[in-house]
Amino acid sequence: MNAPSQTFVSDVIIPAQAPPRNSVGINGWMRKNLFSTPLNSIMTVILVVFIVWAVTPFIRFTLIDATWSGADRQVCLQSSGACWAYVKAYLPQFIYGRYPIGERWRVDLVFWILVIGMVPMLIPRAPFKRLNAIFLLGIFPVAAFILLTGGHYQFAGRLIPNSIMPPSPLRFAIEFGIVSAVILFFVGLFAWLSGRPIAGSGNVVGTILAGIAAVLALCSIDFGLVPVETANWGGLLVTLVVAITGMIASLPLGILLALGRRSEMPVVRLASTIFIEVWRGVPLITVLFMASVMLPLFLPDGVTFDKLLRALIGVALFNAAYMAETIRGGLQAIPRGQYEGAKALGLGYWQMMRMIILPQSLRIVIPGIVGSFISLFKDTTLVIIIGLYDFLGQIQASANDAKWASPVTGLTGYIFAAMVFWAFCFSMSRYAAFTERRLDRGRR
Amino acid sequence: MNRKIASILIGATMALTGATAAGAGTLEDVKAKGFLQCGANGGNLIGFGATDEKGEWSGIDVDFCRAMASAIFNDPTKVKFTPLNAKERFTALQSGEVDVLSRNTTWTMSRDSSLGLQFVGVTYYDGQGFMVRKALGVSSALELSGAKVCTQTGTTTELNLADYFRSHNMPYEVVAFEKNEEVLQAYEAGRCDAYTTDASGLYAERLKLTNPDEHMILPEIISKEPLGPAVRQGDDKWFTLAKWTLFALLNAEELGLTKANIDEKKTSDNPEIKRFLGIEGNFGEPIGLPADWAYNVIKGVGNYGEIFDANIGPSTPLGIARGLNNLWSKGGIQYAPPIR
Amino acid sequence: MATLLNNPTYRGYAFQIVFVLVLGWLVWDIIDNTARNLQKANIAAGYGFLDRTAGFGIVQKLVDYAESSSYGRALLIGLLNTLLVSGLGIILATVLGFIVGVARLSSNWLVSRVAAAYVEILRNIPLLLQLFFWYFMVLRAVPGMREKWTLFGVFHLNIGGLHVPKLVLGETAWVIGAAILIAIAIMIFVAKWGAARQSATGYRPPVGWINLAVLIGLPVAAFFVAGQPLHFDVPVFNETGPLLMRGFQADSGMTVIPEFVGLLLSLSLYTAAYIAEVVRSGIQAVSRGQTEAAASLGLRPRQTLRLVVVPQAMRVIIPPLTNQYLNLTKNSSLAVAVAYPDLVAVGGTVLNQTGQAVEVVSIWMLFYLGLSFLTSAVMGYFNKRAALVER
Repeated sequence: MNAPSQTFVSDVIIPAQAPPRNSVGINGWMRKNLFSTPLNSIMTVILVVFIVWAVTPFIRFTLIDATWSGADRQVCLQSSGACWAYVKAYLPQFIYGRYPIGERWRVDLVFWILVIGMVPMLIPRAPFKRLNAIFLLGIFPVAAFILLTGGHYQFAGRLIPNSIMPPSPLRFAIEFGIVSAVILFFVGLFAWLSGRPIAGSGNVVGTILAGIAAVLALCSIDFGLVPVETANWGGLLVTLVVAITGMIASLPLGILLALGRRSEMPVVRLASTIFIEVWRGVPLITVLFMASVMLPLFLPDGVTFDKLLRALIGVALFNAAYMAETIRGGLQAIPRGQYEGAKALGLGYWQMMRMIILPQSLRIVIPGIVGSFISLFKDTTLVIIIGLYDFLGQIQASANDAKWASPVTGLTGYIFAAMVFWAFCFSMSRYAAFTERRLDRGRR
Repeated sequence: MNRKIASILIGATMALTGATAAGAGTLEDVKAKGFLQCGANGGNLIGFGATDEKGEWSGIDVDFCRAMASAIFNDPTKVKFTPLNAKERFTALQSGEVDVLSRNTTWTMSRDSSLGLQFVGVTYYDGQGFMVRKALGVSSALELSGAKVCTQTGTTTELNLADYFRSHNMPYEVVAFEKNEEVLQAYEAGRCDAYTTDASGLYAERLKLTNPDEHMILPEIISKEPLGPAVRQGDDKWFTLAKWTLFALLNAEELGLTKANIDEKKTSDNPEIKRFLGIEGNFGEPIGLPADWAYNVIKGVGNYGEIFDANIGPSTPLGIARGLNNLWSKGGIQYAPPIR
Repeated sequence: MATLLNNPTYRGYAFQIVFVLVLGWLVWDIIDNTARNLQKANIAAGYGFLDRTAGFGIVQKLVDYAESSSYGRALLIGLLNTLLVSGLGIILATVLGFIVGVARLSSNWLVSRVAAAYVEILRNIPLLLQLFFWYFMVLRAVPGMREKWTLFGVFHLNIGGLHVPKLVLGETAWVIGAAILIAIAIMIFVAKWGAARQSATGYRPPVGWINLAVLIGLPVAAFFVAGQPLHFDVPVFNETGPLLMRGFQADSGMTVIPEFVGLLLSLSLYTAAYIAEVVRSGIQAVSRGQTEAAASLGLRPRQTLRLVVVPQAMRVIIPPLTNQYLNLTKNSSLAVAVAYPDLVAVGGTVLNQTGQAVEVVSIWMLFYLGLSFLTSAVMGYFNKRAALVER
């Protein structure tokens, strides 16, 4: 009797069952991420209540109850919401400060040049990085300087006594020539004594001197631009000028200080360390106070600095100390083998640094540099304490204007400032995170 | 190699700043650079030193600088303003950043003697006062016992305040801010019962409040605050020039010379007017100016009374009466030595 | 000559000599200029001005100060105020920062997102702006000088500040202080005894309960033994009388001024965002294997956290944490913007009254530098100890 063969193995594939209802979809997601334990459930509920409590008034103030247009404070006096009409009326001042209205295109132009130079620099894949860097660090500052101030500087010179030759651009040119000649002479002498080709060293120094001469000459040309004193600058313009100049100026100084701190020469190391630690140890406010009330005392009689320039010097020195530490981190991250390899190839100190070490370490510290730019950007607000009108200062000053004074004007201004600063800083920090991830991938 | 670059840069910077290096005297420097650098109020003090939306400066202090520019260049526009705050104003003058400081600055002995400055004279006789809310029901500063008072730090007001309350045995609390924008915001919010600064400043600041009518300025003036321009010590010629520019403004008002009528007054027989206009004698030469320097001043900016009325007088939003600042002949104490 | 110049050692020497000469010349030039400028301005250099009468009032003073006190005393007040706001700020920021940092790693999606939003918002807005915002926000939000909000019957809030009862110490109050010190000494002893006992017997005595009893019991006993030398000075609120006299009476109770509240709030909220990041990366730095190993050894989650994760995370956390503490202290100098009389604000006033710029700035720098060096010294000590523990 042939019993029908029984198979216990299914010959069809049993269709997969749907996962339990409560573990999929929005329901499951909430179960897993919001209400997994009683404690979690309680926290979720508390937070939801908190968010509603905190965000609702904010949205009411900034959007629902806000006043969007109007000619003067009458529209905002009775309002319980933000006075955006005031921001609208004052926006040009927030951006340009007291920069003459007819000349504001110059600021715009500088801004667009910066954007055009900056965007390809920030995109890792864009070509011509080297040319781009030269443009940004070399050409752009000069162009921006001339456009913003108006150029046409009258260099009068100060070395040759007035009795021999009255102050004039010619005197300055002669003095510059003499100084250059002296420097070139010493370079040549040094090269000759150490038995190296004179032309090599002379070329580098000569190029630099010629570059400085060209820049000075450019600054003294009359381009027909109306001069605009820095006292009239304000708003976002000052914020960006302080932040970007502070950054560009502190980069080379920071590199030198970082190298100095890692130098094998005790005197140089000590001096660099002291410099770095002193600046890092004190608050920026005292540095700015120092720049504003003490720097004039340090200078010889009759030599004065522009107020903005003084703040810039303070900010640049302060930031250089932080930059030095960031860069030192990068230098330390380079394996010893790289140093040894470079020395084995017979490279001198500067050659080694320029061709082997710095290119590698600067790449590593890009996120750190962006990070310190963010803090510098935020710190520029402190210049209002020494009486410069940056973005925040301009907003604060205008909030008390008789034309727009109302109970909500000040708060509106602060919220607007916060949003602008946040947008700037947040995008920069995202960019820093992006470069960091990219570097990580590269190293893996 | 890089050290060398650094030294070159330092050298270049030195040379660059050399462009502003001082020569023999302030007047020569000012003439050489073609404009007067004037330290003005950076805190937007309406009526004294303030800028409008377009960045145009106005105010008594500002007009004094314009008067000096008129005297030197016969052009009131040849002046550039440096906005200064209370803290940095003296350093700015000492270091030569500005040629003259005209920023509602109180003339005191210590400032005259130990800060390296010299006060030119008094453009506005002021005194420290108090602003309170009308709702407070106070009609005299003597009733302010126990009050919380907001003020700006780094000025003489802080000291006067302490002196006043101590001498009347009244307790008080001072909240001292860095900038007057902040003082005003805090006062407006109700942090303080009273706001103290120079009375003129109170009138100016009151305009910036949401409801100026709800606030009043108490009658007491608790200090002498003669406000005036100052110059650096050690340049007598420049000092004299600044001093006599101020005197010219006052003398013009006394002589009835205004911006409008000064041209027709050229035919006047009054010897005082003749001397003033430089028709008789040459009073400009010793101070390094043309003979008609005083004419240029009035032609450029008007006389003292005109400046006062245009900036802070009764017809302006500030509405300050002449009071002490009237001419001596009209019940005030503004008095200028004669030009002869 | 050529060989001499090409010898790196001699070149090093030569370079350093030139470096020192240039630096010395620069410094000398600065000093010389300063001296000449000061002389020209008729300002006497030196610290003699510290003894002169200050003549201005200060709104918050921790020790006695009056207008007739000296400039030196005024600066001391400022210094104490700086220490107060930084000290409290550090505590608050640490607590909040740890909470937010741990919350960022929470399995609860909402909690971690809110924590992340907190960090990203606060870190990317300038502190000065936050300070203005909080200060003027606080001023606008609370009731005016003649009204108040009351919490638990003892905390009163209005625009004049937070008014709380002040603890007044009697003559014999030192007994309580001594009792607290003794209690702490006993607690340390008990903790050591407990640890020794645990390693000897495997049984852990209830150290926590004993210590709690000691900490509360001893001072309370001392309080009664010394004849109850403590009492509270309650703030007096006047509802009648002239308008100016209404509100909280001066010199009654303790007043926390709104400038302090605003500054403390913004400093701690801002720094907490940074500390949260430090804590997060510290915890993430402890490898997962450590937690798993601890679990397989039979440690409970709380024990794992306390004995395995936290000690290891702390080693990563503490150096950047101290850095944040220093930053907070330095940032407290923003007080000058909201009229809180810290060292920089008071110094600024002194500077302006006397014109002694160099001296005042040097005092500022000395204070902050001293603080940094002290911190880095402590840090160095800590690093050494942490390194010893490491295998």
